[in-house]
Amino acid sequence: MTDAATVPATEGHHDTGDLQLTGLTKKFGDFVAVDDLDLTVPSGSFFALLGPSGCGKTTTLRMVAGLEEPTAGSIHLGGRDIAHDKPYRRPVNTVFQSYALFPHMTIFENVAFGLRRTGSKEVKAEVAKTLELVELGDFALRKPAQLSGGQQQRVALARALINRPQVLLLDEPLGALDLKLRRQMQIELKRIQTDVGITFVHVTHDQEEAMTMADTVAVMNAGVIEQMGAPRELYELPRTTFVANFLGQSNLIRGTVLGPDGTDVWVEIEGSKLRVPRERAVDQTGDVWVGIRPEKVFLAAAGSETGDGSNQVAGGRVTDVSFIGVSTQYLVRMAWGQELTVFEQNTGARDSFRAGDPVDLHWMPDHTFVLDAAQDAQAGAQLEDPS
Amino acid sequence: MSHGGLAPHVEQAAAATPPEQRRSGRTGYLLLLPALIWLGIFFVVPMISLASTSLYDPAGSLETGYAMTGHVQNYLTVLDEYSPQFLRSLLYAGMATALCIVLGYPLAYAIAFKAGRWKNVMLVAVIAPFFTSFLIRTLSWQFILGDQAWLADVLRATRIMDLLIAVQLVGEQGNLLATPFAVVAGLTYNFLPFMVLPLYASLEKIDPRLHEAGADLYASPITTFRTVTLPLSLPGLVAGTLLTFIPAAGDYINSELLGNPNTTMIGNVIQNLFNGGSYPEAAALSVTLMIAIVVMVLFYIRRAGTEELV
Repeated sequence: MTDAATVPATEGHHDTGDLQLTGLTKKFGDFVAVDDLDLTVPSGSFFALLGPSGCGKTTTLRMVAGLEEPTAGSIHLGGRDIAHDKPYRRPVNTVFQSYALFPHMTIFENVAFGLRRTGSKEVKAEVAKTLELVELGDFALRKPAQLSGGQQQRVALARALINRPQVLLLDEPLGALDLKLRRQMQIELKRIQTDVGITFVHVTHDQEEAMTMADTVAVMNAGVIEQMGAPRELYELPRTTFVANFLGQSNLIRGTVLGPDGTDVWVEIEGSKLRVPRERAVDQTGDVWVGIRPEKVFLAAAGSETGDGSNQVAGGRVTDVSFIGVSTQYLVRMAWGQELTVFEQNTGARDSFRAGDPVDLHWMPDHTFVLDAAQDAQAGAQLEDPS
Repeated sequence: MSHGGLAPHVEQAAAATPPEQRRSGRTGYLLLLPALIWLGIFFVVPMISLASTSLYDPAGSLETGYAMTGHVQNYLTVLDEYSPQFLRSLLYAGMATALCIVLGYPLAYAIAFKAGRWKNVMLVAVIAPFFTSFLIRTLSWQFILGDQAWLADVLRATRIMDLLIAVQLVGEQGNLLATPFAVVAGLTYNFLPFMVLPLYASLEKIDPRLHEAGADLYASPITTFRTVTLPLSLPGLVAGTLLTFIPAAGDYINSELLGNPNTTMIGNVIQNLFNGGSYPEAAALSVTLMIAIVVMVLFYIRRAGTEELV
């Protein structure tokens, strides 16, 4: 700690700093909250654990913090198993959902709390620096109750960050803020993470929040990780129906695999033959779910030819049109009764349709994905928090 | 590091919304009226009467009547005569209060944080003694503290009795009843709920996440208690101390039923003076006790700094 006043840059942690969860399990009575979880969070990354409430993401976080005792498994940080260490002996700090600021202490004392425990000699300078980082330099002598929600949130962040933990855990830190402030704080958090280079593990049920901030998102459901990867990767190529529905929206149509053709496979849905690149098909035999994101679908007047190698499904009828400004949202009832969603960008270059119009749907094979038919097509669809 | 992104918000919050406008005061005063009348009749008037009685000429009697002579001498007389009982009262009340803290804090803490679904049962258990008369409960301590009772046996067997004899809290023969020990034990028992309940109320308000936050920020459980739990429970501790100390200092039942002539407290003296017809002295002693307690309480509250707490 030579240059104590500045929060350390990214250098230094990479050799040992990965957070590694192995076979991590937590049971509450008969209920399995976290089920044999394996996960590696690379040092210095901004990692999001995304899932609906009750999926085990907060329990996982609390086990890393030491506030919950794992039933089984290990938590390695910097090559050491900390799974059964006391919380106050772990190089980990938490930003609590409710902030949990000490109401009887000033902002200064709140932020200084960790440093006083570790016996730092530069408390005053460090606190001033950290408060500056979260832009609360003038608030040091106030009590938490005198601050707004957004400011309290930043105090909670400063109180954890000042200790320069190897891993910073954030438990739905923006959940209590209103939408506008939440967007601001998302950008702010990302900036601070880039500045300090500490590993952030962020728990949230807000898919947009996870995608905006994190380098890597792990989608969690019922105690297990459904899929993990960069936000774009997860969105463009979901591997389970849960991810397809929970992360954005998807049209999932029942289909049957006809067979391979070079690097593609052919799939039939309700009489239409579609091409899908092989690597985008989880299941390449028998019944499957064929998935396509609503904004990837184009509408065309019934019978018009596209001829560009698109996947085409004919025989739809527009049942509902909602104009949202940047886009128009169509509901199209297909011949087999299913209603599909289509978002058309409002570029002005494309035809618009009215309820009742007969339309054909087409989309790029490269945007199509194929999922295991054994999964519930509705999984994750209704779970997103409306706020 | 960048600036500016959040600045507008900071400004906004700094100019926080003003507190809500109060409604017109008339309704409030009307609602206060019954209580004010009650206080006027049953507190202010008797208080004035007590204060003036304390200045009557002690030469009078109920039959002949008292002369209001502004006899300040009464105060000097009682202070001169009864200062040992006065100091003893404060000492016993202080000991009982300290014991109530030692016994009550862990109990209140356990009810607030560890009791789980037993919380309500435990709270009822704390209040349950109130279903029996104060007098009966104190009398029953005569059995508990009896020479042949198990408590005395246990204290003798563990040699604690020797210690109590050495500090003159119990009789020289190792008898518990009719000793300072018995009086303080009775006071402690009788006022314990008044310590536990306010303590529980302030502990229960503490967000358990604050304990987790303490642990997360490298504080051991003891440090978390010292820096977070204890300061946040201070309002309850102060309230409990006042509710215990004040009535204990003026109590006379415990000394009467569990003590001996050498454990007489100021409450007993006042009662005896009233019974003996020495109204001016009794009133002077009452006023002195009241002033002493008010001064001590003000000093205590200032030291505890509770007005600064949330």
